[in-house]
Amino acid sequence: MTPSATTLVLAAIVAWLAIGALGIVALRRLRIVSRVLFPAGAAVGAALAVAAFLAIGAPQDAATLPLGLPDLPFHVRVDALSAFFLVLLGAAGAAISWFSSGYFRSSEGTPPGLICFQYHVFLAAMAMVLIADDAYAFMVAWEAMALASYFLVTTEHRIPEIRRAGFLYLLIAHVGAIAILLCFGVMQGGSGDYTFGAMRNATLSPAWASIAFFLALTGFGAKAGLMPLHVWLPEAHPAAPSPVSALMSGVMLKTAIYGLLRVAFDLVHLQLWWWGAITLSVGLVSALFGVIFAAAQTDMKRLLAYSSIENIGIIVAGIGLAILFKAYDKALLAAIAMTAVLYHALNHAFFKSLLFLATGSVLHATKERNLGKLGGLIHRMPWVAWLALVGTLAIAGLPPLNGFVSEWLLLQAFLFTPTLPQSFVNMLVPIAAAALVLAAALAAYVMVKFYGVVFLGQPREPALAYAKDAGKYERGALLALAAGCVLLGVFPGVVIRSLDPVNVLLVGHAAGEAAASWLMLAPFGEDRSSYSPAIVLVVIVAVVLVTIQVVHRYYHGRVRHADPWDCGYPQQTPRMQDTAEGFGQPVRQVFEPVFRLERHLPSPFDLRPQYWVKAGDPWWHWAYLPIARGAEWVARLVGLIQQGRISVYLTYSFVTLLALLFFVR
Amino acid sequence: MTAQALLSQLVQVALALALAPLLVGWVNQCRAWLSNRSAPPLTLPYRTIRKLFMKDAVVATRASPLFRLTPYVVFGAMCCAAAIVPSLATDLPFGVAADAIALVGLFALARVFIALAAMDIGTAFGTLGARREMFVGFLAEPALLMVLFTASLISGSTSLPSIVDTLAHRELAIYPSLAFAGVAFTMVSLAENARIPVDNPATHLELTMIHEAMLLEYSARHLALIEWASALKLFNYSCIGLALFFPFGIAQGSDDWLAIALAVPVLVAKLAAGGFALALIETASAKMRIFRAPEFLGTAFLLAVLAMLVHLLLGS
Repeated sequence: MTPSATTLVLAAIVAWLAIGALGIVALRRLRIVSRVLFPAGAAVGAALAVAAFLAIGAPQDAATLPLGLPDLPFHVRVDALSAFFLVLLGAAGAAISWFSSGYFRSSEGTPPGLICFQYHVFLAAMAMVLIADDAYAFMVAWEAMALASYFLVTTEHRIPEIRRAGFLYLLIAHVGAIAILLCFGVMQGGSGDYTFGAMRNATLSPAWASIAFFLALTGFGAKAGLMPLHVWLPEAHPAAPSPVSALMSGVMLKTAIYGLLRVAFDLVHLQLWWWGAITLSVGLVSALFGVIFAAAQTDMKRLLAYSSIENIGIIVAGIGLAILFKAYDKALLAAIAMTAVLYHALNHAFFKSLLFLATGSVLHATKERNLGKLGGLIHRMPWVAWLALVGTLAIAGLPPLNGFVSEWLLLQAFLFTPTLPQSFVNMLVPIAAAALVLAAALAAYVMVKFYGVVFLGQPREPALAYAKDAGKYERGALLALAAGCVLLGVFPGVVIRSLDPVNVLLVGHAAGEAAASWLMLAPFGEDRSSYSPAIVLVVIVAVVLVTIQVVHRYYHGRVRHADPWDCGYPQQTPRMQDTAEGFGQPVRQVFEPVFRLERHLPSPFDLRPQYWVKAGDPWWHWAYLPIARGAEWVARLVGLIQQGRISVYLTYSFVTLLALLFFVR
Repeated sequence: MTAQALLSQLVQVALALALAPLLVGWVNQCRAWLSNRSAPPLTLPYRTIRKLFMKDAVVATRASPLFRLTPYVVFGAMCCAAAIVPSLATDLPFGVAADAIALVGLFALARVFIALAAMDIGTAFGTLGARREMFVGFLAEPALLMVLFTASLISGSTSLPSIVDTLAHRELAIYPSLAFAGVAFTMVSLAENARIPVDNPATHLELTMIHEAMLLEYSARHLALIEWASALKLFNYSCIGLALFFPFGIAQGSDDWLAIALAVPVLVAKLAAGGFALALIETASAKMRIFRAPEFLGTAFLLAVLAMLVHLLLGS
């Protein structure tokens, strides 16, 4: 007899927790932690991915755990949606754990054993979030996830900026958690039963359902990094160690997407079209803002953090589109949009983890996060550079890699919208498609900047000449993720077919049968649209090989090496290359109104001329500073009654007593 | 998919490869005539390519393999694109593998590779060119996609052969949405093919260069391939424009060899007219400052979105 899916997932969670506990035992023994515990965690992740993959097609499987408060046990359940996200968690988690074996070293901050503990609790909590089947278990796991990741972010807790970044993250995570808690409160519909099963059966009025949905959008949006609740992302990612950034960006953001999907399509029984319109708009605004800000960044991990905001925006826009279609009973279109959402979530887990891990290797080799001090690493770190190139091309949405597939599907869903009954929505959709396309094109700009400045060109600092390539654990992990990007890109048919049970669960229609043979994607039939990445890849590779052969055979392959020509100007220094600021300058100029630019230009009389420019996030000024000022104002009012003399406080107590006597009487 | 279809596919790609330098030569000749210069021979681009293939390649010492691989990738991407765009016949087996969106993706692939290669050596002009190319690209690519979306909405398909089939069978009339899309497409093509008013293909003033600045370090066979690929890109764009806005004379299906044979002179005539129009636009306009380009391309983008809205509102 094969064990049930829930048993397997719970076994994986227990295994991760056990590994974490062993980490505490071997607190400062780096060798044990890195050579035994992290690889073991990677193995558990891989096993989880396989088990969950098999569970996608299997019937759902529920269990009750004798944990938690008396009379309030944890309910867990593995259905197609959970299983899909568990695959994502297991696969990306395995690669990141494998990378971590080579990454973590003894440092000033948290000892390695404790990192190991926090890391595996983080993984286990994410798995628990994905299988929780009542609000209570969900919130416990959700909070455990937030806390574990908070401690991981503040690994280097001796640095004040990192503590500040961690605090900001914790704050926004809790604002989000409150919204989620309220959302569950609304959804139980007055029955007092907080299991998800009861929520599925509850019938809410449209008004209450809307409130529940927008609470969920706020709460999960805070975790996913939707505008305007994104401000923690660009602070927390540079602060965290790279594998943690990869895990947070690649996997944790997806648990928020999971939550949103769970609430919007599974727990709430109806979908209204204007939810879709608003979600679509929020997603697109996030995508555009994210990518424009990514173009202006000079810190490589901040750049990737903003790029995560962009990708989450695209995913959320897809969710909005799916809601729109579902609300109008266009099940096939909804299934295509949902496929794009799930596919992009999976893709993002792969390429963003790959890029964050690559920045980790660069950081270790050079101790430098500032793009202005990197460059030319393709010669020093060929493994990392070439594997990062795969991730770069994938995230830029270029065929035949995986980023293009999900964007293609999403655009297909957009293009066949004009069949909707409401003309207002029909007008909205082309504009939304235009915004999406603009974001995708800007993403290519951003990624050329990222890759070109870090890996290409000449080293901007002399110290870079001693950079060493990544070790074999790190290479293995990068290789696995890059292979994932290629495979997901070349064989989308296989992936989409296995997504069918998820689509049936969420929107009640499968997309796989219509969408794809193993070779060809054709969601609406081959005469309407089709795309076959495998053929494109084969043809491009064939043309390249034939061209190389022909050119070398009929002409020659002679090469001379010389200094670069560069219009005959010999005194080139590495500092004359574009910096990150320089490369982002056109985008800053075109989108100037959305930035808060601070610029310092040197005057001709400066003895030490300096130029700097800061492209600040305007959301701080639009949204956060007013809140902070308001809080300060309230605090000052409260401060008025705080006199610091005991007689005054006694007077307060006396007045309170009198008032109470008056009211209670 | 029949052997015949495959053959017509190959014929089309071969024709594109052969005619692309001729189109460049023709445009240069027209430009020379229009500005009262004596024109270079029509076959000059062929001779240039041949000459470049004969020479020894000079590669900068600090170039990475990416630099040497790029010309081949760019060339390959452009060949693929030539296989998707219906220039002679609409029965293209490869057209099933990649639709209009994938076509734009292929152009983007070529652009990203060439920009990365330009940054690879780490010279000032290379990075400058890469930055400007990506800058023009991120504005032009959405506009192009919007133009293609308009055509897709009209024909209910994103596959280029189906689009052309549908458009060719409509009655002859002026469709407002296609008119907007046509203007937008012309503007995008000028920008994407490094033409005046966005870029100048004949410039030798470093500070104004975009496309040429990225190629400064290339020589010999690498340069030849990139030049050829650029010519192919111009050819592909011209063919997309002709297929969308003047889809007459393109053979339907692949079994009728007479129709395909007839399509060749029609295509050549249309390209000659198009090339002359391009030369006319280039002669009549002045190159813009680089930061006027966003306004130019933004206009193209808005026109293309407008075309889509016009189609949805008026249904035409």
